[in-house]
Amino acid sequence: MLELVQHLVNGLSLGSIYALIALGYTMVFGVLQLINFAHGDVYMLGAYIGMYTAHAFGFGQSSSLFSLIITLIASMVGCACTGFLIERLAYRPLRRSPRINVLITAVGVSLFLEFSGQLLFGSDPKFFPQLFQPNVDWSIGELKINPLQIFVFFISITLMALLQYIIFHTRLGRAMRAVSFNHDLASLMGIPTDRVISYTFMLGSALAGAAGVLVGLTYPKIDPLMGTMPGLKAFVAAVLGGIGNITGAVVGALTLGLAEEFLVGYWASTYRDALAFAILILILLFKPTGLFGTKRTEKV
Amino acid sequence: MNQSQLGILKGVLLCSILFISETGCKKHRGADSTTSSGPTLRIGEVGSMTGSEGTFGISTHQGIELAIQEINAEGGVQGKKLEIILVDNQSKADEAATATVKLISQDNVIAILGEVASSRSMAMAAIAQDFKIPMISPSSTNPKVTEQGNYIFRVCFIDPFQGKVMAKFARNNLKLSKVAILRDLKSDYSTGLSQYFKSAFTESGGKIVTDESYNSGDIDFKSQLTKMRATRPEAIFVPGYYTEVGLVARQARELGLTIPLLGGDGWDSPKLAEIGGQAMENSYFSNHYSNENQSPYIQSFIRKFKQSYGVVPDGLSAMGYDAAKVLASAMTRSKSLNPADIRDALASTQNFAGITGNISMDSNRNAIKSAVVLKVAKNGYFQYQTTISP
Repeated sequence: MLELVQHLVNGLSLGSIYALIALGYTMVFGVLQLINFAHGDVYMLGAYIGMYTAHAFGFGQSSSLFSLIITLIASMVGCACTGFLIERLAYRPLRRSPRINVLITAVGVSLFLEFSGQLLFGSDPKFFPQLFQPNVDWSIGELKINPLQIFVFFISITLMALLQYIIFHTRLGRAMRAVSFNHDLASLMGIPTDRVISYTFMLGSALAGAAGVLVGLTYPKIDPLMGTMPGLKAFVAAVLGGIGNITGAVVGALTLGLAEEFLVGYWASTYRDALAFAILILILLFKPTGLFGTKRTEKV
Repeated sequence: MNQSQLGILKGVLLCSILFISETGCKKHRGADSTTSSGPTLRIGEVGSMTGSEGTFGISTHQGIELAIQEINAEGGVQGKKLEIILVDNQSKADEAATATVKLISQDNVIAILGEVASSRSMAMAAIAQDFKIPMISPSSTNPKVTEQGNYIFRVCFIDPFQGKVMAKFARNNLKLSKVAILRDLKSDYSTGLSQYFKSAFTESGGKIVTDESYNSGDIDFKSQLTKMRATRPEAIFVPGYYTEVGLVARQARELGLTIPLLGGDGWDSPKLAEIGGQAMENSYFSNHYSNENQSPYIQSFIRKFKQSYGVVPDGLSAMGYDAAKVLASAMTRSKSLNPADIRDALASTQNFAGITGNISMDSNRNAIKSAVVLKVAKNGYFQYQTTISP
């Protein structure tokens, strides 16, 4: 019983990390119908920006919420700028090209970021400074809960709510939905589609940046290729929840996190990575719209 | 396709076949010409200078570089200076294979040094054996590496021994009877070492309570550790690379597992304690040498290394240094400088006094030597515990 609850806690905390990355994936897809494979690498950049900011300010000696917030902001801003540049330089020139071209470009951007990361940061794993270590013990007997995990879980739920609000209750959100629904028609209605798309990218990338810092905090080893696997898993999570759907991304990510945890906990760890892709194949075969996906209604 | 196009195509094909066979022959001639007329003797090195195990390649290369400088300062080998041609493999096995082909067929090297990781050494060994170019792995411990053929050597001990060392240490020094294993499925080194540890530990009366696995690159090990916790082990054997072990340690402590972790020479990196922090303390691993050894030869090596690179050499630097020195000594003893004679000279290496112990090649081209067990102490200092002989 205790073991089961521990697995549940672990699974949810792993899932919330996938959720943070999946949110950005699903948003960009919702607006552009573009699978931004570089998203996982923006997340990697976020972790590095966080690390360098922390070093620059001398954070990490002691645990404080303030240094975490500064680092989070720096990394989100840095990633938003990167997202803007990626969209401006790599995707916008291809706006009128067939979707497959953009997809291939996305893979190219992803590799570009990974390998320039290796050049720039060095490819050996780096230690992420421990900015914020809550000094409370939340263990109940053998059941150990890391307060950081709960923290990450609530941040991902909060960000999800925030995104829902932006998309359904603000002007920008309305514009995003309009662009998502019909790009040409939206621009005829006077919506600056290019700018809306830029904003979407910046928002999505900022989320990835936040994810980078939070993951760095819980798993303090970062390297230039750290984005590949979580990026793919977050993509699977987004598809599982119904790609383009914000709530779906979070639910899909938590489901994937729990499924992986229980698979490893009660069966064999060998199949951990295979599980995500088995889920992907099954979803595409039997419910291509995902758990929450309806044909075209709730696209961002 | 009309007739003329077909003709052109045939021509191109023929040319490329000719070209391939031409370069194929050049390899042997190239090697000979280096030996007779080239100004320097070229030695190839394949290392993980970048990628996940970047510190392995860098440490090893520094050791090799220092050795080559010393050899050249003393006049080189048979009157010629040595030149190292380094190719990075980005910590990938397929890149290691490509790099080996490049070194042999383009750079005409007469011998190759590399790799640290057994998976990559195996990829290289198959090629070096095909081309009949002697190769020395400084620190790949999986037995399969030298089984690839009679041109493949190593200057370190092998995993059956390393597994036995840790099993002995766990049984006799730490008095443990229940140990859990967490192995890296993607690495030949880790799965091999786990296997040898398992059999040695059970033979000496211990019990392996659970045997779990992960994939290198994973960052979350809590599910495996939670499962392990239920079996109440007294230690966890994690023979992975330092990249993951630090995180394993942290998460084990988070889950309330305060038992020591045990490992092998894949832990040997300053990054281990940097990533693992305090969680890493009071864990033990087997290694090739300890910098606490007071022998004047070793201390002078440490001093020279510090002068050149500003850090205390780790085990991999020492292995790289020894590998280059063993090669140079074999080349000095060799009848001629063609690869086959160098191979014979390498095979006859006996009692070579290296930093990491006395190196003698056995009939399977593995070095027979003792191992040390180190403890991760405060601030990531590797404290000498004991030496275990074969």
